[in-house]
Amino acid sequence: MSELIKFVEAEYSEARTKFPSFKAGDTINVHVRITEGNKERIQQFQGTVIQRKNPNSNGETFTVRKVSNGIGVERIFPILSPSIEKIELLREGKVRRARLFYLRGRQGKAAKIKEKIRHRKDS
Amino acid sequence: MTSIFSADGRNVACTLIEAGPCVVTQVKNVETDGYNAVQLAFGERKEKNTPKPLIGHFKKAGTTPKQKVVEFRDFRVEFEGQVDLGKTVEAGQVFIEGDFVDAIGTSKGKGFQGVVKRHGFGGVGGQTHGQHNRQRHPGSIGACSWPSRVFKGMRMAGRMGGDRVKIVNLRVLKIYPEKNLLVVSGSVPGPKNSFVIIEK
Repeated sequence: MSELIKFVEAEYSEARTKFPSFKAGDTINVHVRITEGNKERIQQFQGTVIQRKNPNSNGETFTVRKVSNGIGVERIFPILSPSIEKIELLREGKVRRARLFYLRGRQGKAAKIKEKIRHRKDS
Repeated sequence: MTSIFSADGRNVACTLIEAGPCVVTQVKNVETDGYNAVQLAFGERKEKNTPKPLIGHFKKAGTTPKQKVVEFRDFRVEFEGQVDLGKTVEAGQVFIEGDFVDAIGTSKGKGFQGVVKRHGFGGVGGQTHGQHNRQRHPGSIGACSWPSRVFKGMRMAGRMGGDRVKIVNLRVLKIYPEKNLLVVSGSVPGPKNSFVIIEK
């Protein structure tokens, strides 16, 4: 990559470390700033991370899926977006793949993700 | 190319352009040349790779040999005084954030291409119903006994790309004056590390 591109992208290196590290399978709560007219408020979106795309680039995004009133809702966030106020890591999941698209076809108990158990050594 | 976030939180695709420092190598005016123009030179070049007449031309302006020499007609009045022979023009002097600029460059060469890619023809369509091996062909190029010839300018296959292309109204998103770096929205013609002319 060109030196100049690195120079421009370095501006966002701080924003990259602002949030806790999370990966596919984790349950997170995203606080998004929303402007309605002149007013600004914070909206929360809680769900399971089903993928992280284009890692380590300025265009990195992650997809959060939740089931709202029986309807699956997915939202894609750019991780460096200034409108993301906060990300809370609620639960780490134990999954065997990086993209959890198989959750889309599942409901109820079948869509459950096991929690990752951290042993004392790891933590 | 890369992307940056605008103030309203949008991710905007952008191109980085090193716009300077340029050296004024000639100032033309109505009395001597018949029109007003400023000639700017950019990019270092070895003296042994420079033609002798150009070396003399650069010496007159008191600079080292440069790679690219471009003339700009009717340089704006507000820059008067800054554009004398031998002076350097920096990106921060000319551009400000929010400006709309035009980028002129030479597009990437695509080689010999057919009519579908080169002129956007639709091709034949289906592959069945007795269709033979002519999916991306141009079809008819004219009538028969009248006019007994093919009209000039008929769009056919041929060399594509490598043309002078101008992209208008690119927004300057950001400027780094210390590096002479422009961040403009969207893409500009040509391969990476090629020369483009930026007009305001």
